[in-house]
Amino acid sequence: MQSSTILPLVAVSIMIAFLPASTVQAGAMDPGEMLSASCAGCHGTDGHSPGAIPDISGKSADFIRISLQDFRSGERESTVMGRQAKGYSDEEIRLIAEYFGQQK
Amino acid sequence: MRNLTRRNFVRMLGTVGAASSVLGWPLVSLAGKATGRVVIVGGGFGGASCAKYLSRLAPGLEITLVERDSKFITCPFSNAVLGGLYDIDFITHGYDALQKAHGVKVVHDSATAIDPGAKTISLAGGSTLPYDRLVVSPGIDIQWGAIDGYDQAASKVMPHAWKAGSQTLLLRKQLEDMPDGGVVIIAAPRNPFRCPPGPYERASLIAHYLKQAKPRSKILIYDAKDKFSKQPLFEQGWQALYPGMIEWISESEGGAIESVDIANMTVHPTFGDPQKADVVNLIPPQKAGAIAHAAGLNGDGAWCPVNQRTFESTVHPGIHVIGDAAVANPMPKSGFAASSQGKVCAAAIAADLSGQDMPEPSYVNTCYSLVGPDYGISVAMVYRMGESGIAAVQGAGGVSPKDADHAFRKAEARYSVGWYQSITSDIWA
Repeated sequence: MQSSTILPLVAVSIMIAFLPASTVQAGAMDPGEMLSASCAGCHGTDGHSPGAIPDISGKSADFIRISLQDFRSGERESTVMGRQAKGYSDEEIRLIAEYFGQQK
Repeated sequence: MRNLTRRNFVRMLGTVGAASSVLGWPLVSLAGKATGRVVIVGGGFGGASCAKYLSRLAPGLEITLVERDSKFITCPFSNAVLGGLYDIDFITHGYDALQKAHGVKVVHDSATAIDPGAKTISLAGGSTLPYDRLVVSPGIDIQWGAIDGYDQAASKVMPHAWKAGSQTLLLRKQLEDMPDGGVVIIAAPRNPFRCPPGPYERASLIAHYLKQAKPRSKILIYDAKDKFSKQPLFEQGWQALYPGMIEWISESEGGAIESVDIANMTVHPTFGDPQKADVVNLIPPQKAGAIAHAAGLNGDGAWCPVNQRTFESTVHPGIHVIGDAAVANPMPKSGFAASSQGKVCAAAIAADLSGQDMPEPSYVNTCYSLVGPDYGISVAMVYRMGESGIAAVQGAGGVSPKDADHAFRKAEARYSVGWYQSITSDIWA
């Protein structure tokens, strides 16, 4: 009796473990989205800028990552972006780049 | 502790629910899908951002936004309206997109009372809304009477114009009607207050107007402080664009206004001579918006203390306070900061109502100021949770360089307008 109750639960646990991360995380913001939400304050929702601020929607993850690293180091000149980029670690820049790389 | 217990409980239910449905029981999984009713009071930078990002994140939630006005007129860029760069339509935004594109129910009414025990909110129109989570984003209220003689009637003579709309238009009309060679007083309050660089941007853009229309006029800034936001950059810009037109009187020099005499258009500083003017823009001390005080969310102070990770009130659990009304220093009371807090708050609520952990919060502020139409300056900062609350990231942010050339200032002026178009589309479009 005991084993017949436990076994399906174990099976279900294994099934849950193999569900894609997005299903398990539905309803919570993932770390990349949290970091990227701030970008919209200047670049527009998901990077769609209607005005003078560069539109970063649809850019590849590599483009975003390299740009942010270059702004942060000062290799690429900017007005505000360099000051902002200094607030993010390599790992955070990777998460931001990945997020924008997935948006349309 | 309460949250952890609840979260674990929902997780447990979720596991059982998932297991049960596999076993053939028609139970719905609870974990992983945020459900419930969220009511947001205030459709400004904080509240409207929270509504939009919450609907993106957790479409299963029933989100109601309570906003008094059918259109929202922003304080950002209201100084540009005063300076004649834009008209009021440029800074006016509606709620159609939030309703139609994002499924937020928008109720145009005023919140009058909150019952934290029953989890309901009462509206002036007579209805009562139940909530599972409440977000209060009411902005500021004026501390009437803090300056002797300055009440609501006085604000019709000496506008504060620190809430945009009719007050902005009144001040603009007074500037248009004043004679050349007249005196404009801008009285700036002590910290903390909404938009720290605002009074100085205002002086700049009023000077821009006067330089063209009434070049013999003068602007006196009476300040209840001895220093102000982006001060060296503003002073450099005033020298470059409006030499001799703007005079700043610090608190130590007698800049703090104690009382006003509206019949004689005169302000009285705490010491020194009274000053008469043609136009007085009196920006008085402020406090969290009325509903926050009515519900006691302010505790003992003028502003509302919160858990700065989730923006949940430390006075009433289940109620979040964001934007100017919240204690979130070192973040300034700015529209950008309010929007950033609205997104963090959305993440906290979505996580909690789905029984999950929120990601590590990240907050940003960027404040552009126009010294002239082609002369912009900015301050920026990235924030994280430190041990004792929100903390600026070391080595990040800061103000525009002092030695920047004309091209840099011009680019920042362009980006200032671009920022405004982006953030307002991020929130209201």
